[in-house]
Amino acid sequence: MNTTRRTVLKGATASGVLAGLIAAGALRPTQVLASEWNKAAFEAKDTAGALKGIGAAAPADSKDLVLKVPDIAENGAVVPVDVVSNIPKTTSIAILVEKNPSPLCAQFEFSNGALPEASARIKMGQTSMVKAVAKADGKFYTAQKEVKVTVGGCGG
Amino acid sequence: MADPMKIRAQLKGDVAEIRVLMSHAMETGQRKDAAGATVPAHFIQSMTIDVGGKRVVDGQVGGSVSRNPVFGFKMKGAKAGDKVVVSWIDNKGEKRTDEAAVA
Repeated sequence: MNTTRRTVLKGATASGVLAGLIAAGALRPTQVLASEWNKAAFEAKDTAGALKGIGAAAPADSKDLVLKVPDIAENGAVVPVDVVSNIPKTTSIAILVEKNPSPLCAQFEFSNGALPEASARIKMGQTSMVKAVAKADGKFYTAQKEVKVTVGGCGG
Repeated sequence: MADPMKIRAQLKGDVAEIRVLMSHAMETGQRKDAAGATVPAHFIQSMTIDVGGKRVVDGQVGGSVSRNPVFGFKMKGAKAGDKVVVSWIDNKGEKRTDEAAVA
């Protein structure tokens, strides 16, 4: 038996099926692919390193960046964070917790009509400053607020 | 395969509010189990939201996001019935995509 011919036939069938699926919209490569994870920024052990990792080494303080966090979080495992940027042309928002082992929590990029707002729930190891960093028109802005984390939930 | 996400996309005037609840352990890789062994890191790294076929949010996530992450976003220009597609990929390469419609 001609094995080469078999292999070629099999290969042809498989790729044919795949092409058909892509054409039919069953596989949408562009929608599944997100931008590559910024390992350096997320694995940075201090805030300066994390800021450097996202390209925001020295962000300017801004009152137009509104960070909403609780003053006291009884459960450090679930701290609600809400960030709204009123800075024109804001394209991305990042959330950092200064005293977490890896300060960078998340970064969101906005496009196609998304408003520069994000809310998430994050973990905090201890009482710390929570920082929001927004990128607008190529510049970085920041706002921060302290959240007290109550260990054991007894109100300390 | 992880459990399905809960996606809610609601129009309020001309702004659509999108809320996503993902089902994921979000292990940081720093926690120790009862026996003292480190629980390996397992968390969502990337998430995207497409509305009406266009990328709206492209997010990168670290292990310090809470277990079963909830994210909220807002957008302008969405119409009722627009398809909302949310995807995530974690550090082990597991992924999940779910859909909803703007209501």
